Amino acid sequence: MSAGGGGNDVQWCFSQVKGAIDDDVAEADIISTVEFNHSGELLATGDKGGRVVIFQQETENKSQPQCRSEYNVYSTFQSHEPEFDYLKSLEIEEKINKIRWLPQKNAAQFLLSTNDKTIKLWKISERDKRPEGYNLKEEDGRYRDAATITTLRVPVFRPMDLMVEASPRRVFVNGHTYHINSISVNSDNETYLSADDLRINLWHLEITDRSFNVVDIKPANMEELTEVITAAEFHPHQCNTFVYSSSKGTIRLCDMRASALCDKHSKLFEEPEDPSNRSFFSEIISSISDVKFSHNGRYMMTRDYLSVKIWDLNMENRPVETYQVHEYLRSKLCSLYENDCIFDKFECCWNGNDSVVMTGSYNNFFRMLDRSQRRDVTLEASRESCKARQVLKPRRVCAGGKRKKDEISVDSLDFNKKILHTAWHPQENIIAVATTNNLYIFQEKVN
Amino acid sequence: MAGAEGDDSLYPIAVLIDELRNEDVQLRLNSIKKLSTIALALGVERTRTELLPFLTDTIYDEDEVLLALAEQLGSFTVLVGGPEFVHCLLPPLESLATVEETVVRDKAVESLRKISQEHSPVDLEVHFVPLVKRLASGDWFTSRTSACGLFGVCYPRVSSTVKAEIRQHFRTLCSDDTPMVRRAASSKLGEFAKVLELDYVKSDIIPLFTALASDEQDSVRLLAVEAGVSIAALLPQEDLEDLVMPTLRQAAEDKSWRVRYMVADKFSELQKAVGPEITKNDLVPAFQNLLKDCEAEVRTAAANKVKVFCESLPEDSRETIIMTHILPCVKELVSDTNQHVKSALASVIMGLSTILGKDNTVEHLLPLFLVQLKDEYPEVRLNIISNLDCVNEVIGIRQLSQSLLPAIVELAEDAKWRVRLAIIEYMPLLAGQLGVEFFDEKLNSLCMAWLIDHVYAIREAATCNLMKLVEKFGAEWAQNTIVPKVLGMANDSNYLHRMTTLFCINALSEVCGQEITTKHMLPVVLKMSTDQVANVRFNVARCLQKIGPVLDSSALQAEVKPVLEKLATDQDMDVKYFALEAISVLALA
Repeated sequence: MSAGGGGNDVQWCFSQVKGAIDDDVAEADIISTVEFNHSGELLATGDKGGRVVIFQQETENKSQPQCRSEYNVYSTFQSHEPEFDYLKSLEIEEKINKIRWLPQKNAAQFLLSTNDKTIKLWKISERDKRPEGYNLKEEDGRYRDAATITTLRVPVFRPMDLMVEASPRRVFVNGHTYHINSISVNSDNETYLSADDLRINLWHLEITDRSFNVVDIKPANMEELTEVITAAEFHPHQCNTFVYSSSKGTIRLCDMRASALCDKHSKLFEEPEDPSNRSFFSEIISSISDVKFSHNGRYMMTRDYLSVKIWDLNMENRPVETYQVHEYLRSKLCSLYENDCIFDKFECCWNGNDSVVMTGSYNNFFRMLDRSQRRDVTLEASRESCKARQVLKPRRVCAGGKRKKDEISVDSLDFNKKILHTAWHPQENIIAVATTNNLYIFQEKVN
Repeated sequence: MAGAEGDDSLYPIAVLIDELRNEDVQLRLNSIKKLSTIALALGVERTRTELLPFLTDTIYDEDEVLLALAEQLGSFTVLVGGPEFVHCLLPPLESLATVEETVVRDKAVESLRKISQEHSPVDLEVHFVPLVKRLASGDWFTSRTSACGLFGVCYPRVSSTVKAEIRQHFRTLCSDDTPMVRRAASSKLGEFAKVLELDYVKSDIIPLFTALASDEQDSVRLLAVEAGVSIAALLPQEDLEDLVMPTLRQAAEDKSWRVRYMVADKFSELQKAVGPEITKNDLVPAFQNLLKDCEAEVRTAAANKVKVFCESLPEDSRETIIMTHILPCVKELVSDTNQHVKSALASVIMGLSTILGKDNTVEHLLPLFLVQLKDEYPEVRLNIISNLDCVNEVIGIRQLSQSLLPAIVELAEDAKWRVRLAIIEYMPLLAGQLGVEFFDEKLNSLCMAWLIDHVYAIREAATCNLMKLVEKFGAEWAQNTIVPKVLGMANDSNYLHRMTTLFCINALSEVCGQEITTKHMLPVVLKMSTDQVANVRFNVARCLQKIGPVLDSSALQAEVKPVLEKLATDQDMDVKYFALEAISVLALA
C-alpha cells in the first residue's frame, strides 16, 4: 500500500488511546477539535476546558519495525480562559472551536486556536540551551560581595534538557459579534479567514487590530434571517478562492479577485431537494456541518446530518458522489430532534491522496468511505479493542427486519457516544478519532 | 582594559551584564539598549570572543529585545575593533535574520545592509557573500526572505564571477515554492535592478519581472507593479515599449482588483517613469479604465490621483486630454455610488481649476463642485470646503458663495459633532476668503451658536475659532461684533454658558489688546467672582491669571488683587487653590 493510499483493503489496527479511562467525564475534558500539522509529525487537540494538547510522533523504533512510531505528549497549554463580556452580559466559553496549523516557517511551530470570540496565534518552540554565569551572584542565587568583583563575566550558553515552550504571539480580538465556527489559513501564508454565523473576516497574521469583512449575510432586520454560515475554508492552492457553507445546505464559492466585498458569490453549489424525502426535518438535516477541500484542490466534501457529498468545483448543480453515513437514522429523526442530537455538528476529513474520506457517527462508530471502489466500512473506537495492533472489526447496524449475527440494532445505539472530530495524517495511514474525552489513534496494519 | 580600573567602575557594568538575562523583559531591554556600554567596558577582544557568541545564542528572547539587539548591532563596528573585524557581527545578525517576527528580521537585514558597507571588498566576498548565500538557500522561508534584501548591497562591490552567482541566487528565489519568498523577491526586484548593469537588467531582470507579474498568487503580482515602475525608470525610452509595457498593460487589466488597485496607487510614479509619449498613448486610456473600474477601492485610488496625473501630463496636449478623456470620467465619479470614491475625488477635484484656467473652471468644473457641495455624505462636502483656496485663486470664491452657504450651514448643524468640529476648523479660512461683510451677514451667527453647543469639544473649538477670526479681522471688529455677545453670556442662567464667556475671554484678551480687555472684559470677569457655582469662581481665578499680563499694573493692584484675595478665602478648595496660584503667578502677594 502506498503511503497515504488506504482503500478498504487497509486493515486498521489500534495504536494508542489518550485520556482518562474512567467513566465520569469531566466537562472540561471533552475534546472539541483534532488537527494534524502539515507534516503529520504533530497532532493537536483542543478541549472544552480551553486547553490545547500537542502530541509528537516519536522517531521510528528500529528494534520493533512492525510497531510504528507512537504519538506522545509534546506540549500542553491553556489556550483560552473563560471570560465575561460585561457590555452584553454574556459568558464567553473557553472551549476551543478550531485549531489550524501554519505552514512551518522556521524551527518553531505555529498554530491558530479559537474559541467563540478570540483567535490566538501560538508559537511552540524548543529550547535546549540556557545561559550560565552571573557577576553579582552565584548560580544558586547567593549574592557575592561586590568588593570581590575584579573582572567582568559574560554569561555563556550551556546545553540543558529539552524544554518545549508555548507562547502566545498574537491575539486577534473584537472581530466577531457572533460565534466563530471556522478558521482557515490562506495559501499565501500571510492571511487567514475566520467565520461566524453571519460574517467572514479576513485577517493578516501579523496585524491584530483590524480585519477586513469579506462576507456579511446579516439582514438589516434580524427577523428576516433565514440562514447562517456553518463553515468556511480557503482553497489549498488558489489564494483568492474560499468557500462557505450554510444551514440551508448550499455552498458558495467566492473569488476575492473580483471585489473587496465578496457578498456576491461566483459559484453556488446546491442539489435540488428530493421531494419524496421531504419532511419536517428536511431543512435541519440538510444543514452543512463541515466543508473541506481535497488536498489537490479539485473537489470539496460536505457533511450534512445523514450524508457526505463530494462536489467537483466545476459542477455546481449536484455532487459527483454522495455517501450515506447512517441512513438507518432517517426513521429516528423525531427522537433525535427531541434529544437535540439532530443538531450535532459532525466533521469530515480526507486521506492523504484524496481517495478515502472519513467521518463520525453515533455509538462511537466512524465511517471510512472509499471513493474509487465505492465501498464503505463502519469501525468502532472502543476500549474493548484496545490491545496493541489489534485489528478493528467492521460493524454493521441492522436497520430493521431480522437482526443477523454480529449486527447491532438501531435501538441499541448509544447516542451519547458520538464521534464528531476526526483527523487523517497528511501522508500516512494514521488516523486520530476523538470520542467524548478520549483520543484514539489507529494505523494501518503492517505485516 | 577592564579590571584595571577598580571595583567601583565595574559594578554598574556587572549589573548591566547580569540584567541581560534578568527575568523582567524591561530590564533585559534596558541592558540591550546599553550594549555599547557593556562592549566598551569589555574591550574589543572580549566583545568579539565572549559577548557576540552569547548574543548569537540569545534568539529565544522576546521580540522587543531581539528588535533592539538587531538595531544595536548595526552600529557596533567600532566596538568590535573597526572595519577590520566587522565580520564578527555577522553570526548574531544571521540568526536574527531567520526569526519568525518580520519586524526583527527586517531590522536585522537593515543592520546587515548597513555593516556591509564597512566590509572591505575582500571581506565582503570572504564573509558577507557566503552569509547571503546561506540565507538564500536556507531550509525555512524566513531566511530566504531575508536574503532577498541583501543582494542589492553586495552586488556592486564584488567580482564578476560572484556577481553571476548572486544573479543566479536571485533568479532561484524569484521562483521559490513559497509565496512569502516570491513576495520578498518581487518587492526587492526594483532595488536589485538598480545596481545591475543595463545589459543584465534586460537579460535577467525583465524575464523575472514578467514571471512575477504573472504569478498565480495575486499577492505576488501586485508587488511586481512597483518593481515595474522602478525598472521602467532604468531603461532607455526605446526599450520600454517592448520590455515593460506589455506587462504593465496586463497589470492594469488584471483579473484581481488588488493588482489594479496597486497600479492606480502607483500611477504618478509610473507616469514619471515612462515619459510623455507612452503616457499619452497608453496611460490615458488605462487611467480612464481605472476611474471606471468595477471595484470601488480601485476607483478610490484612481480618483486620488486625478489631480497629480493631470498636472504631469505633457503641456502641449494637457488641456485636450483632460477635457476629452479625463473630465467625462470625473463627471461620472461625482455621482458614484460609493462614498469613499466621491470623498477621494472631492479632496483633489478643486486642484483641476488651476490647471484648466478660469473659463473651463466656470463652465465645466463649477457644476461638479456644486453637486459635491450638496452630496449626501458630510465627508465629501467637507473635502470640497477644505480645498476652496485652489478655486479662490482662479475664479474667486464669490462664484460659489450662493451654494457654499447652505452647505456650510448644513454641516454646521450636522448631528455628528465630529462633522461640526471639522467645519469649525475651516471657518477662519472661509472667513478670509469670503471677506468680512459676507461673514458678518451670513456666518457670524453660526460662530456664536457653536459657543452654546452641548458638546464641550465644539464649544472649545468655537472659542479658538473666535480668536483666529479676530486675528484676521482685527480688534475693532471684535469689539463691535463678538465681544458684546460673548459678554452677554455672562448673565446666562446655564453655568456652562457663563464659563464659556470666561474661556472666550482667555482666548481673546491677548488679540484684543489692553484697552478692550481692561474696559470691557475685566469688569465682567470680576463681577462673576461672586457666582454661586464654584466651577465658575475658580475659572474666574484662572481667567484673571491668564489675562493679568495684558492688564496694566494699576488695574492689577486696584481691581484684580482684592478679588483674588477674596477668592483665596473661598470655602471651596479648588477656588482657593487657583486663586492662590494666580496670586503667586501674577506676583500680587
